[in-house]
Amino acid sequence: MTGAAGMPGVPPGTALGIAGQVRAGEISATEVVSRHLSAIDRLDPELNAFVTVLHGQALATAAEIDRRVAAGEDPGPLAGVPVAVKDNLCTLGVPTTCSSRMLEHWRPPYDATVVQRLATAGAVMVGKTNLDEFAMGSSTENSAFGPTRNPYDTGRVPGGSSGGSAAAVAAGLAPLGLGSDTGGSIRQPAALCGVVGMKPTYGTVSRYGLVAFASSLDQVGPFAKTVLDAAALFDAIGGHDPMDSTSLDRPAPRSVTAIDDGVQGCRVGLVRELYEDADVPVRSAVLAAADALAAAGATVEECSVPEVRHALPAYYLLAPAEASSNLARYDGVRYGLRVDADDAESMNAATRAAGFGPEVKRRIMLGTYALSAGYYDAYYGQAQRVRTLIVRGFQRAYESADALLGATTPTTAFALGDRVEDPWAMYLSDVFSVPSNLSGDPAMSLPFGADESGLPIGVQLLAPALGEAVLVRMAAVVESAAPSLSAPAIGNPGNGSGARS
Amino acid sequence: MAEPVPLTRQDAEYVARLARIALSDAELDLYAKQLADVLRHAAAVSALDTDGVPPTAHPLPLRNVLRPDEPRPCLDRRVVLESAPAAENGRFRVPRILGESP
Repeated sequence: MTGAAGMPGVPPGTALGIAGQVRAGEISATEVVSRHLSAIDRLDPELNAFVTVLHGQALATAAEIDRRVAAGEDPGPLAGVPVAVKDNLCTLGVPTTCSSRMLEHWRPPYDATVVQRLATAGAVMVGKTNLDEFAMGSSTENSAFGPTRNPYDTGRVPGGSSGGSAAAVAAGLAPLGLGSDTGGSIRQPAALCGVVGMKPTYGTVSRYGLVAFASSLDQVGPFAKTVLDAAALFDAIGGHDPMDSTSLDRPAPRSVTAIDDGVQGCRVGLVRELYEDADVPVRSAVLAAADALAAAGATVEECSVPEVRHALPAYYLLAPAEASSNLARYDGVRYGLRVDADDAESMNAATRAAGFGPEVKRRIMLGTYALSAGYYDAYYGQAQRVRTLIVRGFQRAYESADALLGATTPTTAFALGDRVEDPWAMYLSDVFSVPSNLSGDPAMSLPFGADESGLPIGVQLLAPALGEAVLVRMAAVVESAAPSLSAPAIGNPGNGSGARS
Repeated sequence: MAEPVPLTRQDAEYVARLARIALSDAELDLYAKQLADVLRHAAAVSALDTDGVPPTAHPLPLRNVLRPDEPRPCLDRRVVLESAPAAENGRFRVPRILGESP
């Protein structure tokens, strides 16, 4: 990536705009970070986007970047840019709770690879953000530390599970955020909060230090206000990591360089199954985004990938099955909560009963059942075969398309409490996002206007594996045609995020 | 392939035991009902014809990742045990595991 200072058209207030100014010595990292920390102090009591705010550590990191700039050293492509990090990414010595009582007091003895790479890029972690416990949920209501609220309407959810990072970026508390996406947990909250969120190709971003939920589906990815910033953050965290055995042995991505390539001659498939059942405003936004791509020179054609209709039920067998295995480690022995009992098995069971919240228990139960003797083939085995059908469906679609377009979510942000009693109604919020996790392909949600209540709408772009550059090209075109989104009700005006309404 | 059957309260108890979660009676009732509901939706998947379709466990063709078998630094034992709920003599301490009387 080239230094942002030299990039034309990088608006101030964006991550790359800030980095350019810090690198050029026009503004200090300390000033940038202080401003964002005070915005967090002022606005987060209402939003609850952060589980931990790192005042001291962030200012110390900023001071070090300022020293490097003064000494003429390269402070990195994201120098001085505040980042909100989802609290399921391990941070050395800093609590990493997964928004669970189980890990409430746990301080990891190491950094996740993506956290190290943020530091190498000069970014400044300002805090750890709220999530649905262990990333299981679509509303951030399943947090042991209370729900995060949507900056556009505090009576509504920000989406989930990375709701804290999405809300923080939307409210201008940090220009960049990191999340994890197992079934839509970056894209869905990005859509509901009116920001850009990307799930990269499986294997392009290290999972080392990401607390595991469903290992064949989990992927770390960026939140940002702009497509360019999201691409820059992806480029900074991506690339091979020997600490993750599923990490692709490839050079670090350079998706930013594709941003101005346009879509002339590109073939886009408008996937019926990924938007037709959405609410009317969402459907209209998808069609308008399709028109924008066509106007910019892409060939847009309706297409059908009927297999994706089976993605949601398959996902809700596969992900809980993997989770039931991954979460077996929380047994009260090596770290985290322990509830004492006379024998080890009772201690395990009492610890897990006290440490896990309702949704985590529900998914462990579901996954354990799906894997249990007598049901394994009917549920887990069958879901794996359906996963193959979905992979094949996408392969067929990509024979005649370079990228696919649909909605990110069927609806805009729903009211807090609306779906907590009905798990399947909550799960339906992921219906358009889970197919990409099952296939492992990249996908991005980006804002495209608002509904009649002013709530943000997200449209989703999908590409074949390693097609991030295609995604970024398409997204840049859609972004430039998107109706402008008003500032959120809870936002930091100093950070280009508008005033309180 | 066996047809899936609805989840009963007895199934919920059995699964909770397998998963090592000491659920209350109220939780068992709730989860039996909610899991049955989710499995009803999952039944749509069970009904699909997948004869001859291989399973996909992972989006990547997984292969072993090897490196030279050379010692290298790892986390310090003291640091790791600091996170443990109970430790003794450089080891994790747990309640008794076997069923003999104390």
